[in-house]
Amino acid sequence: MNKIKTIFKGKFLFIFGPFFLLWLLRYVVPNYTISSKTPHWAYIPPKSCLGGCGSIDGFIPFVDWTNALIQFLRKYEIFGLFTFRDFTRGIANYVDKFLDFTEAVLHKGFPSYEIGPLPWIFIITLTVILGFYLRGWRLALLGGTCFAYLILFSKRGIWELSMKSLAAISVSAPLAALIGLCLGILAVKRKKFANFLWPMLNILQSLPHFSYLILVVIFVGIGTKAGVIATVIFAFPPMARLTILGLQNISQEIKEAGVMAGCTKWQMLFKVEIPAARSPIMLGINQVIMQCLAMIVIAAFIGQPGLGHDLLIRLQGLRLGEAFEIGVAVVLIAITLDRYSQALALKEPERREGNFVKRNPYFCATFFAIIICSILVFLFPFFNEYPKELTVSASVYLDNAIKSFTRSLFVPLGAFRDWMLIYFLMPLKAVFQSMPWTGVILFVGAIGWKLGKMRLALTVMLFVFFIASSGYWVRAMITLYMVFASLVICALIGIPLGIWASKKESRTKLVLNICDIFQTFPSFIYLLPAIMLFQISDVSAIFAIVIYSSIPMIRYTVFGLRNVPQQIIEASITSGCTERQLLWKVKMPLAFPEIILGANQTLMFALFMVMIAGFIGTVDLSQEIFRALSFSDGGKGLIIGLCVAFIGLTADRLLVEWSNQMKKKLGFIN
Amino acid sequence: MDDQIKISCSNIWKLYGENPEKFLKENNNNPSTEQLKSNKYIPAVRDASIDVKTGEILVIMGLSGSGKSTLLRCMSKLIQPTDGQVFFEGKDLLKASDKELIEIRRHKMGMVFQHFALLPHRTVLQNVAFPLEVQGIEPLKREERAKEVIKLVGLEGREKYYPRELSGGQQQRVGLARSLAVEPDVWFLDEPFSALDPLIRKEMQNEFLRLQSMLKKTIVFITHDFDEAIRLADRIAIMYEGLIVQVGTPEELITKPATDYVAEFTKDIPRSKLLNAESVMNNEDKKLYDNTVNYNEKIEKIASKVLKSEGSYSVIDENKKVIGSLSKKEIIKALFAEDKNE
Repeated sequence: MNKIKTIFKGKFLFIFGPFFLLWLLRYVVPNYTISSKTPHWAYIPPKSCLGGCGSIDGFIPFVDWTNALIQFLRKYEIFGLFTFRDFTRGIANYVDKFLDFTEAVLHKGFPSYEIGPLPWIFIITLTVILGFYLRGWRLALLGGTCFAYLILFSKRGIWELSMKSLAAISVSAPLAALIGLCLGILAVKRKKFANFLWPMLNILQSLPHFSYLILVVIFVGIGTKAGVIATVIFAFPPMARLTILGLQNISQEIKEAGVMAGCTKWQMLFKVEIPAARSPIMLGINQVIMQCLAMIVIAAFIGQPGLGHDLLIRLQGLRLGEAFEIGVAVVLIAITLDRYSQALALKEPERREGNFVKRNPYFCATFFAIIICSILVFLFPFFNEYPKELTVSASVYLDNAIKSFTRSLFVPLGAFRDWMLIYFLMPLKAVFQSMPWTGVILFVGAIGWKLGKMRLALTVMLFVFFIASSGYWVRAMITLYMVFASLVICALIGIPLGIWASKKESRTKLVLNICDIFQTFPSFIYLLPAIMLFQISDVSAIFAIVIYSSIPMIRYTVFGLRNVPQQIIEASITSGCTERQLLWKVKMPLAFPEIILGANQTLMFALFMVMIAGFIGTVDLSQEIFRALSFSDGGKGLIIGLCVAFIGLTADRLLVEWSNQMKKKLGFIN
Repeated sequence: MDDQIKISCSNIWKLYGENPEKFLKENNNNPSTEQLKSNKYIPAVRDASIDVKTGEILVIMGLSGSGKSTLLRCMSKLIQPTDGQVFFEGKDLLKASDKELIEIRRHKMGMVFQHFALLPHRTVLQNVAFPLEVQGIEPLKREERAKEVIKLVGLEGREKYYPRELSGGQQQRVGLARSLAVEPDVWFLDEPFSALDPLIRKEMQNEFLRLQSMLKKTIVFITHDFDEAIRLADRIAIMYEGLIVQVGTPEELITKPATDYVAEFTKDIPRSKLLNAESVMNNEDKKLYDNTVNYNEKIEKIASKVLKSEGSYSVIDENKKVIGSLSKKEIIKALFAEDKNE
C-alpha cells in the first residue's frame, strides 16, 4: 500500500483540489438550489449556445450534425448510380444468400428439392465425434449433453429456435473472423493502416451495441440479415486485435528462417506467419464466436428471430420459468461453443502412423457415423424428427419454484433492497449528480498530467468535454454512478475472494473455472436472477452488473497474487513474515498494478452491462439509447454511444497508464 | 574480384536511431563514440570490414550486444546496413532486387538459428523440405531430398515427429538439416549451440565438424563462447561494441592479441593445447642442437621433455631445416601469458 502513497505523495491536493473547490463552490454560489431551473453554467453544461440550429440538447449540436450526415448518406448517390444505403442493402442481400443456405440446412430444409433439414441425430453424433477429435470424451459429453437438452426440452420449440440462432451464427462468425483476419494482416503489413485501425477498434469495442443497432436499422433494415450484420460489426474487432498481436509476436527468428528459405511475401504470410500465429488467431475465432452468442439476444431487438427473441419476449412478460428454460439453452450453447473453439485453438497436430484407418481415425468414424445415421433416419422416423410427445418442459415447476422462493424471501429481500437504495445508492447518486462538469474535466486532466503525459491529459479532457457538450451530461453522471457503485461492490467482493482463492492451488483452479463458466454466459442472462430477486429497480440493475463484472476483478486479483515471484515470497518468509504480513506487506503491493487492471476491466464490463440493464428501466444513458432505438434516431443513438465509449476510454486510458507506471517502478516491465 | 573470397564486407555500419543515414553522412561516415552517444544513436555495427574466404570456417566472436549477430544479418541482408558494401560472389548484395535476393537465398545460403526457429505446425520432414517447397519443387522430389539430409544429421526414423516432441539437440539437428536441404554454398550459423546443455553442445560441435569434413561449405559461425570458437574456427573475428577488434587464426589471437580486451579473452585458454613450437620459438637462435622438435608439434606434448632437459631444442620445418630453438624460457613464457606483460 506504500506504493500508492508514494505515487500520490504531494499530488493529492493537486489532483483533487480544483475538483473539490468547484464542487464546494456550488453550494456557495448565490441563488443555486438543486431544483433550480437555471443552474450555473459551470455545474450543469449549458444548453445550445450555437443558437438557432434546432438542437434541443447539447451546446454543441453533435446529434443534429450526425443526423444530417446520415440523411446525406441515405440520399447521396455515388456516381449518380446508387445511394450509400443501396450499397449497404446490396451487401446485406449477399449475406442473405448465405443465410438462406444455413437456415435450410439447420431448420428449414430445401422444400423445392423435398429435402428436410438435417435430422437431429446427425447433429448430435457429429458434435460428439468432433468433441472426441478436439479434446476427448469430456468435451464430447458436453457437446452431446447440450444438444440432448435442446431436443429434450423443445416442447416450446427450443430446438428450432436454437437452430435459427445457430444458422445466424454460422454466417456471422466466419464473416466476422474473415474480416478481422484481413484487417489484422493489413494493419501489421501497413503501419499507416494500423494507426487508423487501433483507435477505430477501441471505439467500436467500447460503443454500446444498441447505438449501432440503430444505424444498422437505418442502412440495412430489420430481420435476420440485419442481425447478422450488426453481429459482424460487433464481433470482428477482437479478431483483428488478436491477429495483430499474434502476427507481431512471432519470434524474429522464425520470420528470418522464412526469409532465408527464400519465401516470397505471400509464401511468408501463408506458410510461415499465419501458421506460426495460429494459436492467437484461433483464440480470436473463439472470441468471435462468443461475441456472436452475446449478440443473439441483442440482435433480437432489431427483429432477428431465434433464442434471443423468445427470451426477450418472456423477460418482458415476466414469464421467468420459460425464460429460465431458454436461458439454460443459451448458456449450454455458449459453453459448448466456447469449449469447442478453445480446444480448436489449443489443438496441436498429432503424429499418427500405420494404415489408413489408424492414420485417419476421425475421418473414418465420421464416415461410418454418417452411414449409420442415414440408415437409422431412413428406417425410423424417430431419428428424423424428434416426436413432440417425448419432449418435456419444466417451466411450470420452475415458475412455481421461483414464485415460492421470492415470496418466502420477499420481506428480507425487500428490506435489503430498500436499505441499499436509501443508505447507499441514493446518496451516491446525489453526489454524482452534483459533480460540476468543469471540475470533472480538471480532475481527469490533472490525473493525466500527473501521470506525466500531456497528450493523455488532453485526450481524456476532450473525452469529458464531448460528453458535457453533447447534452447528456446528467444522464452520463447517472451511468457513472451506477458503474461506480457496482465497481465498489465488485471490489468488496472480488478482492477478498481473489485473496482467498490465491492461497491454495485447488482453490485457484476452482474459482478460475467458475469465472470461466460465468464469463461464457451471454450478458442478458444475468437479468434473470436480478429481476427474480429485486424486481425492477436500481438494485436489480446493480445486482446484474455486479455478478457480471466481478469476474475480471477476481481473475486479476488471483493472477496478480499468484504471479508474485516465488523468490520474493521465500525471502519474506525467511525474513520472518507472518502470513498476514506476507499478504499486506509483500504480495498486495506487488499485485496492486494487476488489481488496478482488474478494476479497469471490471469498469468496462460494468459499463457494458449498464447499457443492457437499461432494459429493466434505469434512467441513465441506456434509457436514452433505448428511446433512440424505438424512434430510429441514428444520430442520437450514435452520440450517446460515443458518450458511453468515452466514459470507458477515459477510465481505461488513465488506469492502464497508472498500472503500467507502477509496474515500471516495480521493475516488472521496462 | 578474387574468387577465393566468397563474401566481402567493407565499412559496414548499422546504427539505430532517428535518420541514421543522414547522421552518418554529416559525420564523414566515421562518428566517434562520443558523437554517437551524445546524439542518442545505438551503434550495432561500426565500420566493419571482413572477407569470408571460400571453404573456411570464420567464427565471429563477441559478448552479447557486441553486434556479431547484426553483422551476420547484414551479410545475408536480413538487415539493411546503414552504410557500407556487401559483395556476395562479387555481386553487390545491397543493390540486388528483392527477386534476386530470393533467388540467392533459395540456392546459395543456408542459416541455422539460436532457438532453432522450426515451424511448430510442420513435421520434421515438412520442416526440412520447407525451403524446397517454397522453391516449388514437387512433393516427391523434395521429400526424397529431405530424407537424405535427415539421414545425414542422424535423425532417421523421426521424420513424422513434430518439433515439440524432440529434445533441444534433436531440434537443432532439424535446423541443420533444413539449412542444408538446398545444398547452399554458404552456411550461416547464429549461435547454433548456445541454447543447448554443455554435454549436448560438445556432441553437436563434433557433429558440425563431421558434417563440414564431408560438405566443405563456406561457413560464418557466430558464438559468444571462446572455447567453441577455438575448437571450430579456421579464423576468428573478435567484436567489441560493434567494432571488429581483431581477425586472425586462434594462435595469432593468443600470441599477438591486438588489444587488452582480446588478451583478457584469451587469458584463460589452455595455451599449451593451442600453441605449437613454431609460434613460441626463439627465431634468432638457429643452431642445430642434439634434440629436435617438429615446427607443428603442440606445446602440450613437448613441454615436459623440454623442461626436464638442461639444453635447448632445435625447431625444424618439413624439410628438416632449422628455423629456431626452444629452451625452458620460451616454454615457460608460452605457458604463463602474464609473463609477457612484464
